[in-house]
Amino acid sequence: MMEHRQIPGTPLFDGEAAQKGYALNKMCFSFNSADNRAEFLRDEQAYCAKFGLTPQQCQAVAHRNVGEMIEAGGNVYYLAKLAGIFGLNVQDIGAQQTGMSVQDFKAKLQAAGR
Amino acid sequence: MARIIGGIGTTHVPSISNAIAKGLQRDPYWAPFFGGFDGAHSWLAQEKPDVVVVFYNDHGLNFFLDKIPTFAVGAASEYRHADEGWGLPISQPYPGDPQLSWHLIDSLVADEFDVTMCQEMLVDHAFTIPLALLWPEPNARPVRTVPIAINTVQHPLPSPARCLKLGRSVGRAIESFEQDLKVLILGTGGLSHQLDGARAGFINKDFDLMCMEKLASDPDALARYSSLQIVEAAGSQGVELLNWIAMRGALTGEVAKVHGNYHIPISNTASALLVLSNQAEALETTYRKAS
Repeated sequence: MMEHRQIPGTPLFDGEAAQKGYALNKMCFSFNSADNRAEFLRDEQAYCAKFGLTPQQCQAVAHRNVGEMIEAGGNVYYLAKLAGIFGLNVQDIGAQQTGMSVQDFKAKLQAAGR
Repeated sequence: MARIIGGIGTTHVPSISNAIAKGLQRDPYWAPFFGGFDGAHSWLAQEKPDVVVVFYNDHGLNFFLDKIPTFAVGAASEYRHADEGWGLPISQPYPGDPQLSWHLIDSLVADEFDVTMCQEMLVDHAFTIPLALLWPEPNARPVRTVPIAINTVQHPLPSPARCLKLGRSVGRAIESFEQDLKVLILGTGGLSHQLDGARAGFINKDFDLMCMEKLASDPDALARYSSLQIVEAAGSQGVELLNWIAMRGALTGEVAKVHGNYHIPISNTASALLVLSNQAEALETTYRKAS
């Protein structure tokens, strides 16, 4: 039997999310190529359209908002490739999703070691 | 016959690769992490493995969501790293060992692990970083490699019990390989971390330390968790622990802890290193006594 478990604050990348996020994740996968990253930067909207992103996904990309992208089915490993284009690292996107400043987010990580 | 000398679990956080490229090993942020590898280097210099079998997870370099194998075994004569999209330095190709790969595949499928077989396979940072950490001189890296990718990305994930059994099956297969080889097993990733959601930044030191202890002494204790329970305890990406559990499964002899290090944080992650030795002879002696 498949186990169902809700873990607070923890999006699970299951079949439902994978179906919902397919176009967005496929676009992010394309960013393994430098040419594709350059093409995205030249015309972001056209590039999103080429991959058939939903309006919700396009908006999340336009907002540079990783939480909204995950809500739209994005997987964080794929989104990291897009976040990299925007110059955001995993502390930046952690801060964004938790509503903390980057400095506070880093302090929280440090505190976990004590 | 091939002999498994031991196993190593290590973190594979991408920023490690940039720290190596910039020579930051002695920088105050990085020193507690890189310093932890001295004990692994001296053990490796003494043991001198010929081949490394690496349990790791792909992060969207070789596999996309169109086809995600639960378990995939590399069967190439060479494995290449490539652009992962966010500016990591690209490593030199790694030599494979196709004969050992096909022996593993034959044995695993006969043992009812119906793995995906890959004659071409790009390897990402989860494979390249642990090798760079264990053998800092790229040209002096003595080993051939066999990558085994475990799906830790697309749920449903294989259970810890299944990964432990996979590891055990790999261990038995290696020990039945006719070449005289010294084989090291790696499990990469973790330990606790979470990149996504409102719980991003979650780290669980108590759980990690318990896991490191059980990996050495009682891996079946970890096989009692479900993968979702591991996600809950170790974070969404902390579930990369599955790779460590598979590594431990392959150590079928008498296992002893050689060295360990644990440091929080590296990037968003509780970083860890665990070196385990495997004394296969001791096990044979035990069998002989029993029979």
